[in-house]
Amino acid sequence: MPDFDASEMQARFDARIGAEERIEPKDWMPDAYRRNLIRQMSQHAHSEVIGMQPEGNWISRAPTLKRKAILLAKVQDEAGHGLYLYSATETLGATRESLVDALHEGRAKYASIFNYPSLTWADVGAIGWLVDGAAIVNQISLQRTSYGPYARAMVRICKEESFHMRQGYEIMLTLCRGSNDQRAMAQDALDRWWWPSLMMFGPHDAESAHSAQSMQWKLKRQSNDELRQKFVDQTVPQAEYLGIRIPDPKLRLDAATGHYAFGEIDWREFQRVVSGDGPCNRERLAHHVRAHDDGAWVREAAHAYQAKRAARDRVEAAS
Amino acid sequence: MTDMMPLYEVPLYEVFIRSKRGLDHRHVGSLHAEDSEQALEYARDVYTRRGEGVSIWVVKSSDIVASQEGDSASFYDPQDDKPYRHATFYKVPDEVSNL
Repeated sequence: MPDFDASEMQARFDARIGAEERIEPKDWMPDAYRRNLIRQMSQHAHSEVIGMQPEGNWISRAPTLKRKAILLAKVQDEAGHGLYLYSATETLGATRESLVDALHEGRAKYASIFNYPSLTWADVGAIGWLVDGAAIVNQISLQRTSYGPYARAMVRICKEESFHMRQGYEIMLTLCRGSNDQRAMAQDALDRWWWPSLMMFGPHDAESAHSAQSMQWKLKRQSNDELRQKFVDQTVPQAEYLGIRIPDPKLRLDAATGHYAFGEIDWREFQRVVSGDGPCNRERLAHHVRAHDDGAWVREAAHAYQAKRAARDRVEAAS
Repeated sequence: MTDMMPLYEVPLYEVFIRSKRGLDHRHVGSLHAEDSEQALEYARDVYTRRGEGVSIWVVKSSDIVASQEGDSASFYDPQDDKPYRHATFYKVPDEVSNL
């Protein structure tokens, strides 16, 4: 067997990245690339799972059976997306347990938007329309990320995600065509979810801790600011059609560029929520820990059943 | 050569090939081999003679747990009663794009 030295393997890795080829699980890859991927993918997975909470809050209170069935299906999808992403992360050698521990011990983050409360039914509409809308913009871009299992998970997720945003917009449309109170409820939801949705894309490119390296490795294909602009450009006309107002006095169409100019995000709020001090951070994490602990007996029972069957098989094989 | 194992007792392996980086491995067929290393070599010889793949997986057929189409209606429920799982269920006005 030829003995490749590190620089040779590094050169081969760099050439693959340069040639737009995907990196696959058994390929050699730099440790930092692997660590960065484990961080990004597991945080993406945590976001899918924690994201079930604000919407799950409304399953038992959905206004009709139809809306309840839809919401249940959507939250179920998010659990599936979490699973795809955890499994893809495990191809890098990280164990599921270590990923969940990192979340529980506050070492791993998740999308800060899920630390905001879902106060009214209109929030379910706003989450589907804005939060899933923003997530789709990001995830479409990640379909071309350099790590094969991550890119393939994104393709699957985007395909399933297409209904999420539409059901949210349809809720908003129904409210906006309803009574004055319903329109006010839709406006209130937009007011509260707009800025946190813009924050989903992360800090400005210049201030983003991992951006430059991630772009170089082609883990990220478009910058935070590019993706944020894309989201604003596609969402403003959708809000106009609904007849509700985006809470940004500086928002205007720049005729020269064809893009919407918009106001500055409150980065202090962003930092506060990311670092654990948002409206629901403690509640979200405590709920996840509780659900995980409450489910321990199921995992133990499944394991005990498996052990019992294996013991029975051994007895039968011996007789 | 009376002690040679008849072919049907040589383990069967299923072969999966990744045609290109970035794509999933796809099942292409099966073959008999004495062990996994030999299965990999046979798979290379049999299934990738024309540059069909960049990566091969071989898995013992007996290790594959498979469902059958006719197993039970509930196992493979087509979920036809849940059309709301599809984006086409939601009516989007013509004037609105990017949804």
